Amino acid sequence: MKCRVCREPAIIDIRRHNANFCVEHFLRLCRDQVAKAIDRHEMLSHTDRVLVAVSGGKDSLALWDILFELGYETDGLYLGLGIGHYSTSSEGFARRFAEQRGLRLEVVDLQEDYGFDVPEGARAARRVPCSACGLSKRHLFDEAARRGGYDAVATGHNLDDEAAVLFGNVLHWQQDYLGRQRPVLPAGNGFPRKVKPLVRLGEREMAAYCVLRNIEYMVEECPMAAGNKHLGYKEALNAIEEQSPGSKHDFYFGFLDRVVDRFGGASEGDGADVGTCVRCGAPAGGEVCAFCRLLERVGGSHPDYHSESTSTVNRTSVSLAPTRVGVIDGATGARP
Amino acid sequence: MQVELRNPSRTMEFDGPIAVTALLARLSLNREAVLVIRDGTLVPGDAMLADGDHVEIRSVISGGSW
Repeated sequence: MKCRVCREPAIIDIRRHNANFCVEHFLRLCRDQVAKAIDRHEMLSHTDRVLVAVSGGKDSLALWDILFELGYETDGLYLGLGIGHYSTSSEGFARRFAEQRGLRLEVVDLQEDYGFDVPEGARAARRVPCSACGLSKRHLFDEAARRGGYDAVATGHNLDDEAAVLFGNVLHWQQDYLGRQRPVLPAGNGFPRKVKPLVRLGEREMAAYCVLRNIEYMVEECPMAAGNKHLGYKEALNAIEEQSPGSKHDFYFGFLDRVVDRFGGASEGDGADVGTCVRCGAPAGGEVCAFCRLLERVGGSHPDYHSESTSTVNRTSVSLAPTRVGVIDGATGARP
Repeated sequence: MQVELRNPSRTMEFDGPIAVTALLARLSLNREAVLVIRDGTLVPGDAMLADGDHVEIRSVISGGSW
């Protein structure tokens, strides 16, 4: 196989683009696709301060690397979820990535800072672990963005993630969720802007990007996620994709181009009576937000971020390095 | 050749030469869901793997959701 751009030997084939790429042009493709997503969906400007949600996995580290290469001002936030060895190792990957690049990583630990972990939260709330985990992540990333004065929160959701979520939402006709399943959610109702710059890239591409950029990441799957619905949806979509390359892209981007606006709700909290949580100040549908209700069930409490005597929030002592601007020339000829 | 797989971690032996796509078919693995890495380098679907190669088949599927 030869690279579509330069005809040198290829190292990866991407069937939905009906193309193969060498190292140089594959990395350029990834950066091009992120730049295109940011531009087309008006996700970020170069004056924004961006908080990257970092898990230590391939997607979030690749996202941080690409945003840094494209010259965006970024800090990272890692949440320690208390899932044993998985969390310990993931945090190590996130910390090493930040340290090697001189980037600032804030670490919030659920157990140390809030008095519970994801397995405890799931038991107390009688939710599946992924539900308690997602609720905690959404709340804490929003909270950190408000506290730090960031313009946007960037997450590593890729094309496979979005197609799988869309598949689940369509299967169950979750109209509220369908209306909000967009690559960018503007700030509003007390929520920060949320952006997903990887929506034009599949997770196989993100893993390949990390291998080629020598980014070490947490390869093992979260033990709490084993057997969840999301994985089942991905497996089903990959079975279709294998027979019909490009199906995931067409499914997701067809939805964005032709369907999503029929469901309304372009901002978080739209259509709901959003107030302010009396305990933490976060946006809430009732008097107390869902995270504070979870916190009450597990017997946890909020840290005092404003007290100088409190050192419960860990921040790595790395500073922002000068950012660099990558060269994007659109020469890869990828799927429009 | 030695073929290392993850989730769960295990090592299997295969005779070469064999194409990457053929190896994945023998293991009933979807090409969309894995990367094939030979001696630390990515290889595409038509690459031939030989006896003596060390091959890692790395799953790329993440299961968490928000």
